[in-house]
Amino acid sequence: MPEEIKAHITGVVFQIPTKPGDRVAAGDAVIVLESMKMEIPVEAPRAGAVKEIKVREGQTVQEGDVVAVLE
Amino acid sequence: MIRTVLVANRGEIARRVFRACRQLGIRTVAVYSEADRNAVHVRDADEAVPIGGAPARESYLSAERILEAARQVRADAIHPGYGFLSENWRFAQAVRDATIVFIGPKPDAIRKMGDKIEARRLMAAAGVPVLPGSFTPVADPAEAQRVAGHVGFPVILKAAAGGGGIGMARVGKEADLPASRRAQAAFGSGELYVERYLERSRHVEIQVFGDDSGRVVHLHERECSIQRRHQKLVEESPAPALSESSKAGLTRAAVAGALAIGYTNAGTMEFLVSESGEFYFLEMNTRLQVEHPVTEESTGLDLVVAQLRVASGEQLPWSQTEIVQGRAAVECRVYAEDPAKGFLPSPGTVSKLVLPSGDGIRIESGIDAGSTVSVHYDPLLLKLVTHAPTRAQAVQRMADALDGCVIEGVRTTIPFLRRVIASNEFQQGRVHTQMLEQGAFNA
Repeated sequence: MPEEIKAHITGVVFQIPTKPGDRVAAGDAVIVLESMKMEIPVEAPRAGAVKEIKVREGQTVQEGDVVAVLE
Repeated sequence: MIRTVLVANRGEIARRVFRACRQLGIRTVAVYSEADRNAVHVRDADEAVPIGGAPARESYLSAERILEAARQVRADAIHPGYGFLSENWRFAQAVRDATIVFIGPKPDAIRKMGDKIEARRLMAAAGVPVLPGSFTPVADPAEAQRVAGHVGFPVILKAAAGGGGIGMARVGKEADLPASRRAQAAFGSGELYVERYLERSRHVEIQVFGDDSGRVVHLHERECSIQRRHQKLVEESPAPALSESSKAGLTRAAVAGALAIGYTNAGTMEFLVSESGEFYFLEMNTRLQVEHPVTEESTGLDLVVAQLRVASGEQLPWSQTEIVQGRAAVECRVYAEDPAKGFLPSPGTVSKLVLPSGDGIRIESGIDAGSTVSVHYDPLLLKLVTHAPTRAQAVQRMADALDGCVIEGVRTTIPFLRRVIASNEFQQGRVHTQMLEQGAFNA
């Protein structure tokens, strides 16, 4: 079942350490957001493969926006 | 005397500097990013200059744009505030090269204290106690392990270019050292050094001030142990439960350290104080501190006015014996962060703002009702400062001030600050830097 990964805070996409096809473990950072001088990882809720990255570096995302999809 | 000051900063600190300028009849200039067009600090100044995009590197961190703005308005001095370019010696040098006064220390002092390993060496040479650890960068985890073996675990790994908690990792025991993920990343990114980690220590700092004649005075201590992510939330002066001998040693060491590097203008020597009262140099902040108001309220002196006078070439306005902690002062930092979620940032729009007022309450605010709290900058909204003849009264005033403070639209640290102020540990002055991570003030 594909699962959407949502941003838990409002911020700017600082880094995208993963790409589609990558295997991730639960707790791995899929996207790193920057907000108010802090780098905050958006973590994979479970193990799986990254199906899609929905954002690009420098983009502003709101709390609740989908940033990536797991297979 | 300086005639026009440009403040290369935003928020409450820009407003604080403007106020001191007005007191001395100095013209004020604000700079602002696209995100700050309607910010309160912009309205406060006599003149305001746009300097670029919302991301700090396109505006408040751009030395060229700030210097360009300074030339445009014919500013004869720049105050850097704190953060942003305030501890960038190249910026301080570029300001001087443009024949503009940099309100702060000489670039050489900023550079020396900015390299945290060199700072350790210089302070040790000046007779200031430093923590056991490395005096040269450690190249890899194996070398860190050797140093740690000598000084004993736990240790803390720090970035030489760090400060303010940037790039620090505590390592509890030897087996954790190679595995520390943050440490691995840090070894790849720059120079690292190792220091003994002091359990249950307190953060006590000494305000120092020097002038061009070579004189340095201290303005006593501030206790700043209530911290999250190595950043301060509550500060006070005088420090409770600090022995006379520790205090005398701290102030003597701070002045000796500042003299050793020919320090001018306002600066802060930060120390860790162990449970048994020994103290060790942590780092020097070569700028005005966020928490300078507790020193001002305790001593009744104006640090920012003194910065402007000394930067204009005047001598220090006070002798050491005139600087007395006449009353107790406490500061709480109100951040747009959610303490219920590990102090995660909470950007948004301030929909309602009610601030307390009354005897012994001072507020340094960077916001208004309707202000946007942007993702681009530090989340500090405002500082509440209370003072009174005794510590107990100042603490009670802070409890009342926090109750009288209403901020809606963003989550803030206020609920957490209330719990700190109401706690037995704080009221008895039994605080240390690990209390937060140990959950001492959890709801």
